[in-house]
Amino acid sequence: MAASQLHVALAGNPNCGKTTLFNLLTGQNGYVGNWPGVTVEKKEARLSSDASVIVTDLPGIYSLSPYSPEEVVSRDYLMSGEPDVVIQLLDATNLERNLYLALQVVECGLPVVVALNMADLVEKNGDKIDTDALSKRLGAPVVMISALRNTGIDELIAAAKRAAAAKHAVPEHKFDSAIEDVLDKIEKLLPASVPASKRRYYAVKLFERDEAATKLINPTKEAAAAIEQIIAQCEADCDDDAESIIAGERYAVIAHIMDACVKKAPSKMSVSEKIDRVVTNRILGLPIFVLIMWAVYSIATSADAFGTAGTDWVNDCLFGDGFELFGMAFPSIPGAIEGMLAAAGASELVTSLVLDGIVAGVGAVLGFIPQMFVLFVLLSFLEDCGYLARVAFVMDRVFRRFGLSGKSFIPMLVATGCGVPGVLATKTIENEKDRRMTVMTTTFIPCGAKLPVIALLMGALVGDGEAGWISPLFYFLGVIAVIVSGVMLKKTKLFAGRPTPFVMELPAYHFPSLRSWWLHIWERVSAYIKKAFTIIFASTVVVWFLMNFGVYEGAFGFLPEITGGLEEFTSYSILAMIGTAIGWVFIPLGFSSWETTAMSISGLVAKENLVGIASTILAVGDDTGLSPELWQAFGGLFPTAGAIAAFGAFNLLCAPCFAAMGTIRAQMNSAKWTAIAIGYECGFAWIVGLMINQFYLLAQGVFSVWTVVAIVIAALMLFQIFRPMPHWAWDDDRAEVKAPAGAAA
Amino acid sequence: MKTLGDVKVGDSSTIVKLHGTGALRRHLMDLGLIKGTSFKVVKVAPLGDPVEITVRGYELSIRKEEAAIVEVE
Repeated sequence: MAASQLHVALAGNPNCGKTTLFNLLTGQNGYVGNWPGVTVEKKEARLSSDASVIVTDLPGIYSLSPYSPEEVVSRDYLMSGEPDVVIQLLDATNLERNLYLALQVVECGLPVVVALNMADLVEKNGDKIDTDALSKRLGAPVVMISALRNTGIDELIAAAKRAAAAKHAVPEHKFDSAIEDVLDKIEKLLPASVPASKRRYYAVKLFERDEAATKLINPTKEAAAAIEQIIAQCEADCDDDAESIIAGERYAVIAHIMDACVKKAPSKMSVSEKIDRVVTNRILGLPIFVLIMWAVYSIATSADAFGTAGTDWVNDCLFGDGFELFGMAFPSIPGAIEGMLAAAGASELVTSLVLDGIVAGVGAVLGFIPQMFVLFVLLSFLEDCGYLARVAFVMDRVFRRFGLSGKSFIPMLVATGCGVPGVLATKTIENEKDRRMTVMTTTFIPCGAKLPVIALLMGALVGDGEAGWISPLFYFLGVIAVIVSGVMLKKTKLFAGRPTPFVMELPAYHFPSLRSWWLHIWERVSAYIKKAFTIIFASTVVVWFLMNFGVYEGAFGFLPEITGGLEEFTSYSILAMIGTAIGWVFIPLGFSSWETTAMSISGLVAKENLVGIASTILAVGDDTGLSPELWQAFGGLFPTAGAIAAFGAFNLLCAPCFAAMGTIRAQMNSAKWTAIAIGYECGFAWIVGLMINQFYLLAQGVFSVWTVVAIVIAALMLFQIFRPMPHWAWDDDRAEVKAPAGAAA
Repeated sequence: MKTLGDVKVGDSSTIVKLHGTGALRRHLMDLGLIKGTSFKVVKVAPLGDPVEITVRGYELSIRKEEAAIVEVE
């Protein structure tokens, strides 16, 4: 079986439609977006029309240089001997730059099939590409396709299979004869163990002084010295460095190919340019961005909109009072289940577990789906059509101030829906430090599940859970937390260093295919649904157990039964014991009762639980956070308004939920970094809570040891925020500044 | 030395030399910014940075700080 398998590697630039082609070939779910480096992980799937063909999707890259992990992964795979043939995908509307990678892939010595994507757009522009001539010059078959419109795919697969049978390929393109002589000399100096088909590739890499390739080839000392002499001589002759010489030669070859194979229609202003003239306009850019975001959130969360209507329907009807459809009355899900359980003669314990534990917990999560769905429909559209790349362009200046790039903005936008897809969206940030910092800070932004918590807090603080100015205030708190954290963390040894370069292609606007748009929405919504049915499901059962079981008058058991229906039975529960045991942690924050600690614990499991737990503990039948009785009972747990605010700050800023923590773990791919991220979030939340409570008390004239602690912490934070970048952070930078001066001399 | 960041919006110019070393320099070369390449500065972001240039038929966003290693005519 193994012998008859065919390995196909799929290579191409970012934004050339590679993921769309991969999904089309394999029928597998993937991600389509406009961000470079989006497929950081290796994706593999069998061809849907022929299971013996395995397609490996390489990351979207511009070159096979040794500098970025995506490029190293790609070249290592191409040279590994596993792929039988490479499908090199090119965006035909942007052929010049796309050919740069194609030339390098052809030099790898593998059979290559070149697929020209977006054939339909080329035709529309009126450009003509001579595929036969292109094929001759590249030494590889060329097929016109459109991944979006599903044309030319069968032909592409057939060409790939034919090419794979040929076993090897010979690159046809030649550099300037002087350079070719030099490369020939280096080729002769390579060890005999390097096979003929790979000698050209390694000759070029050694000429570029590529450290990884040199280490791999490991030439003898004499050979290495001879090669270095050849390179130095060539550099002196050309008055340029080796890397620049090769890049220049490649683009010179491409210029010849373009002249011979492409007839461009007279250029006119593209639609993309026309759109960009307006949306990234110097004056209108920011107002337009604000307007679009306002529209997105209005549609997703305003009271009359579909998303909120859906969420309300799920909460009030499906899980509330039942609903009417076509004139027939339907009971709500809890109502129906209650009826069934009663009919089956279930005990009070089973009824409580199913209704209060499982149905209530999962129902609270499912209620968010319609709202989240609408939000992701809109955000995924903005991302796939290319607008969010422009947002990164517009916002970069702001984000760079606190050590991130414009690319960190997208995860934070997504996190306003749910932190799980928000953290997942960080995979589009190539720089590791930036990515880690974005993972750590992105969940400070209030997600959908935190909104009922905000409503509860505001009800308790100002007596109005829906005051219009309230929730923006908490988004503001989240944004401030991100900024302050960014500025402080950037000056620690963990994150210090020169700012990451922000050189980004702005892909042409296009209307995403419905299929890829849907896949993108589904990826995000399903991340949330999965969380509802796994982690939240399990945790609500555990929390139900902790809350309903306990010791009453010396006996352990199911509290509603053994207390004889006592309304405050939860104060005897295991949860109450845990709350009492660790409540001291929150004493400086002004709340240490077991009730508030239990709410915080359940909030750490999932913020969706917090209000529901509050209403159970306080024995007030409301889990939307909007009833005045609940506000009053909740407010009664705290000594001061400052303590309520501290409780809110802690719960909104600490690690969001088990599901998000799991996602952080997956994204960081390191136990140490997961611990740092979650520890930082909780620690930061605690400190903010401490300062709010202590400074509130100070304003009332109350002074204690903790006041001093709060003042010291505030002073340290201000110092960390305003001190200049420590000198050791720039050590690597100075080395880089020195080098060009030497090169110029 | 005049750099890419000094070119006014709407103006075109040609690259003379890439300074600097390492990953950023190579990345710019891989994106087609090499000696002799002409480009046009299309616009500046609303907050004054980064700039958008058209080069080799596509659009590229680059911060002024990074553009400083690109010497132009």
